Amino acid sequence: MTARSLCPTRWLRAGVLMPLGILLPLAGAHAQQAPSGAPTPGSAQPAAPAQAGAPAPAQDRGSALFGRPEGADAAKLAPISGPPIPTPANRLPLDKLSVPPGFKVEVFASGVANARSLRQGDQGTVFAGTRSLDKVYAVQTLDGKPTVKVIASGLHRPNGLAFHKGALYVAELSRIWRFDDIEAKLDAPPKPVLVYDDLPKDEAHGWKFIAIGPDEKLYVPVGAPGNILMPPETHAQIRRMDLDGKNVEVVARGVRNTVGFDWNPETKLLTFTDNGRDWVSEDIPNDELNVLSEPGKQHFGFPYCHQGSFTDPEYGWGHSCAEFTAPAGLLGAHAAALGMRFYTGSQFPDAYRNAVFIARHGSWNKTRKIGGDVVVAKLGPDGKVTSLEPFLTGFLQDNKYVGRPVDVLVAQDGSLLVSDDYNGAIYRVSYAR
Amino acid sequence: MRRLANGLALCLLALTGLPTGPAGAQPVAERLPACLGCHGGQGRSETEGVPSLGGMPADYVLTQLYLFREKQRVAPPMNEMAAGLSDDDLRTISDAVAALPPPTSDGGGDPARIARAKDLVARHQCGSCHNADFSGHDQIPRIRAQREEYLVAALRGYKSNARAGYDPAMNEAAQPLSDDDIRDLAHYLAHP
Repeated sequence: MTARSLCPTRWLRAGVLMPLGILLPLAGAHAQQAPSGAPTPGSAQPAAPAQAGAPAPAQDRGSALFGRPEGADAAKLAPISGPPIPTPANRLPLDKLSVPPGFKVEVFASGVANARSLRQGDQGTVFAGTRSLDKVYAVQTLDGKPTVKVIASGLHRPNGLAFHKGALYVAELSRIWRFDDIEAKLDAPPKPVLVYDDLPKDEAHGWKFIAIGPDEKLYVPVGAPGNILMPPETHAQIRRMDLDGKNVEVVARGVRNTVGFDWNPETKLLTFTDNGRDWVSEDIPNDELNVLSEPGKQHFGFPYCHQGSFTDPEYGWGHSCAEFTAPAGLLGAHAAALGMRFYTGSQFPDAYRNAVFIARHGSWNKTRKIGGDVVVAKLGPDGKVTSLEPFLTGFLQDNKYVGRPVDVLVAQDGSLLVSDDYNGAIYRVSYAR
Repeated sequence: MRRLANGLALCLLALTGLPTGPAGAQPVAERLPACLGCHGGQGRSETEGVPSLGGMPADYVLTQLYLFREKQRVAPPMNEMAAGLSDDDLRTISDAVAALPPPTSDGGGDPARIARAKDLVARHQCGSCHNADFSGHDQIPRIRAQREEYLVAALRGYKSNARAGYDPAMNEAAQPLSDDDIRDLAHYLAHP
């Protein structure tokens, strides 16, 4: 017996099924986003040079595919979405992963579908945000076994997390919430307090990484709303604000899309990854590691100059890369350098003290993929990257991903946690003396 | 009228899979006919607003079923249909649906609109993700010979962000499309 045989075609055609939406209980209204256009602060004067000669942004530049050259080889490259259902623990690609001698990698938690940004609470709870799903997770380790709880759902791309004084800050695409005293309330999370929502609603580069700095301010990036375009005053920047969302100022401009930042424990300067533009070439431009030394005064190049040395084929005319703050290091073309943290723990050997661990999600618009690893950057006295070495590798096998690292977290015990949104897992790298 | 009401109730039961308690308690094999009742037993939907699923990549179907189950994509009655299903149930249904024959073109279509749509397809590089023949792959759906009004609704939903894609790629790709573009694209894809 099929429904078709029970349902006269004319009912189906006449929309008799529509009342189902009323008859059936449908809980949880989804957090829908209105189209872009919300007013956003463009408070300070731009440090960017005049936009002389640059064409007005064309409407279709919001597409991730904008700028892709004609031709079959480029056309084979499409964004890669991981599956929504997490990989069971016994099928995670652990045996393919490599770490340097003396280190070991194990599964910290599985069943954390689409796990992205990581934060740890004061009492040890590990929180994970998501981008493709609508959830925020809390992972607790009880008797050595992880338990994964969903503490929030129905959110729109809740990628960004910060933890401060007992509260978890969660950044959706265009809203930031605060869950107070969260670790005491994991089973019945409190109603969140809205911190800030004066943000654009563009999907392109709209998901956020957030962090709270040593200045006790909340840092919130707004990515460029497309691959390569002249960004509106409100975009391609990093803002900071008081923890209640007030006193917003733009601290960095010319930032295409940062999905990871941290503060140098020695200099206290904000250090951030930035993803380079697509479709110029297989091999350039590199993603960048940048340092903000003069908040509000620096422009990091987008869209005029990429990787500190390469003027944009369209927007670079009339400009020189010398006009912009050069990166502290280059992280690979299309490698998708996302989460990063300075190593502030004491478990790893001294050589890693204050080194920067960077998760490279891995390229999609490059024929021979790169990334799909965690690299470690070491900085010289001038703050520039002196070496970039592989640390956790193996997510890329035969030009295909078996996992994709998104964020790194220096846990309280000094181990390094790594999220993998492809498998919905978190790994733990520790040093075994 | 009473007969009509009874018939409607029976139809709703079949569609929602609720005759014997919680939806999830019903074996998947018994639920599949309810899916096909609206989506079409031969992979081609004859139901307005309901997409054809024949030849759809299993990964795409799995993702959408997951989003329905989690109410992340709200589209009655699919949220209730997917409620209570296990991950394995979702996989079984996805694989079964993907094995149905893909819908074929019935020919026809307005040559002028199709010509215009072909230009749009080239300009927006639809084929680079959906394949040149629009057959889709992995998490990217087959759109070849899909129902026209469904494609219109989907593209409008992406453009307005009312339908947030699992990956935002289509929300980004749909931004520059005018409503005329959307209708012409849907017309062409429905009559490839």
